[in-house]
Amino acid sequence: MTTTLETKTGASLLERRLASAIDRISPAGESERLAGLRRAAAARYDSLGVPTTRHEEWRFTNLKPIADTDFAAPSPAKPMDPATIEPYAYSGCTQLVFRNGRLDPELSKVEELPEGVVVESLASARRTRPELLDAYLGNHASFEQHPFVALNTALWQDGPLLLIPRGVIVEKPINLIFLGEPEERPVAFFPRLLIVAEESSQATVLEQYATVGEGAYLTSPVTEVLLHDNAVVDHYKLQRESIEAYHLATFQLWQSRDANFTSHSISWGGAIVRNDVNAVLDGEGGEATLNGLYMVEGTQLVDNHMRVEHAKPHCDSHELFKGILEGRARAVFNGRIYVHEGAQKTDAKQTNRNLLLSDKAVCNSNPQLEIFADDVRCTHGSTVGQLDETAIFYLRSRGIGEVAAKSLLTYAFAADIVTRIRMPAVRAELEEFLFRRLPRGEVVRQAV
Amino acid sequence: MSLLDIKNLHAEAEENEILKGVDLTLEPGQVHAIMGPNGSGKSTLARILAGDESYEITDGQVLYKGEDLLDLAPEDRAREGLFLAFQYPVEIPGVSNVYFLKAALNAIRKHRGLEEMDAVDFLSYVREKMKLVKMDEALLNRPVNEGFSGGEKKRNEIFHMSVLDPMLAVLDETDSGLDIDALKIVADGVNSLRDGKRAFLVITHYQRLLNYIVPDFVHVMVDGRIVRSGGKELALELEEKGYNWLEEASAPGQPVSV
Repeated sequence: MTTTLETKTGASLLERRLASAIDRISPAGESERLAGLRRAAAARYDSLGVPTTRHEEWRFTNLKPIADTDFAAPSPAKPMDPATIEPYAYSGCTQLVFRNGRLDPELSKVEELPEGVVVESLASARRTRPELLDAYLGNHASFEQHPFVALNTALWQDGPLLLIPRGVIVEKPINLIFLGEPEERPVAFFPRLLIVAEESSQATVLEQYATVGEGAYLTSPVTEVLLHDNAVVDHYKLQRESIEAYHLATFQLWQSRDANFTSHSISWGGAIVRNDVNAVLDGEGGEATLNGLYMVEGTQLVDNHMRVEHAKPHCDSHELFKGILEGRARAVFNGRIYVHEGAQKTDAKQTNRNLLLSDKAVCNSNPQLEIFADDVRCTHGSTVGQLDETAIFYLRSRGIGEVAAKSLLTYAFAADIVTRIRMPAVRAELEEFLFRRLPRGEVVRQAV
Repeated sequence: MSLLDIKNLHAEAEENEILKGVDLTLEPGQVHAIMGPNGSGKSTLARILAGDESYEITDGQVLYKGEDLLDLAPEDRAREGLFLAFQYPVEIPGVSNVYFLKAALNAIRKHRGLEEMDAVDFLSYVREKMKLVKMDEALLNRPVNEGFSGGEKKRNEIFHMSVLDPMLAVLDETDSGLDIDALKIVADGVNSLRDGKRAFLVITHYQRLLNYIVPDFVHVMVDGRIVRSGGKELALELEEKGYNWLEEASAPGQPVSV
């Protein structure tokens, strides 16, 4: 199905005229609830529009290049040589490939999965499992304050649905590949991801964003992850799109009692990248680890906007985001921790460390704590610095050249995150990237 | 030709003069000790020899193997056979001790026109050196100095030294803070490398080290100058009398006899 806003109205996808068009452009045959959600989200987008830097939450992230672009919906995909996706495919993984937001079944493969596990595209699930979508989709990612969640909720066409049933352990990682394929006119697409881990289930999920070809486009995914009691999910996000790509993502986590969620969000691609990460720890004994690494150069901008909400007592959250900035790159880290009244014994830790390799790179790091309980431990730390001269001298005094010494120390800075990555393919991918990116990377490769 | 020839070296940091005319000559095979009170400039001298760029050389000259040492980048000094054991070794997370050493050794070998060592040869070479300093194999695979105790860090410096096989090793207070067992290990490591060609400049605050590394010469540095030089018995004299008598002797306007 290729119904698009653009083909019906001729307008840019970001124009604030969605409400009047939404019923015509929405996929047919959806449940009344989903259709209603699209209508409400469209109306909300129309009133919000693309934010400017006058908006508090977008103060350091100027979306004007996006607002000024005339985005169209993608054309239907042509068959793709499977070799094209090899760099993103990892052996032993169940793999779903979405091209400009749409599943490509030819490139997807589902490894043997335990009984009851659902790995399906949302486009088909809205027909086959409407009750599941009605039960979960859009329940947690709120579009009230976020124009791109509103756009996504109004316009999403496809994306993965993962459901891990009660007690089931999915050993093989699920690799979700989102390819952007730029077209003559810039395209925008809105992948929707829904991941539900039922009680005591376990899975490893990787979201990858990459580009095939050249040119500007916008990916604006919304990921909703729900962990029921005692579920364990190890999540990775690898944002490695071209430096012309715009990426505005919202990640919404809700977790129940004793659930354990870990995420590592790696970002080195994109012209403007924004990750809104919202976590709600909504059951006692829960633990959420939200780590990240960004490495940007040129005029890239990466913005991680975290909001971790402790709604129940005895939950732990850990956030460690590290950034390496070169050239005129900019990074924003906004870390909000919100502890509800009654969420006693909360243990929330947040750290953001930035390494500036150029004096023209800029970083805005902003922790925000809002605490309404009195027996909690919340810590935050934020640093922006350069490589340590003493350490450079130490390495050089052992015979390592200056450039290699700096690269080794930059690697060492990133290693803090690299070594926490448990999925071998992701870890290897990140290491390879660092060896390639860092000058004299061959010395680094030899030394780690 | 002397291995190291320091002539009238003056240096400052942030406009404070720290070295005020240091003269010192080392011949191959010799062990020289520099002693002196805190703040006398001992560590500054060590760091300047290794190429620390945070000091400004305002006068004087340092010849190493007859060439101008101060002209060389720190890494080139290392590749030419100079080694500094740091007073405060630096932790490098994420970079494994053993692989780091392999990269360093191969950079040095390449500079000397030698073939790079492969992983297998390197490992057997390294194992041999580890015995010298009784290094725990676990420390080999850990990140450089990360989470090492003070004693382990100092031993790791001696281990690095033995692997990199320098012509001139400068030890900057490698003995400070060590218990007697660790001190003996450090001294044994140094002694095992004494071969009549390699020279050592041992900087220490405490005479105790010199019971285990017996120097050919002892120099006393006070206020940026070497104020007295002698044989190993000078160290014992210092142990007995402290530095005060020399500090008074080095006060401005007083003649200094060396």
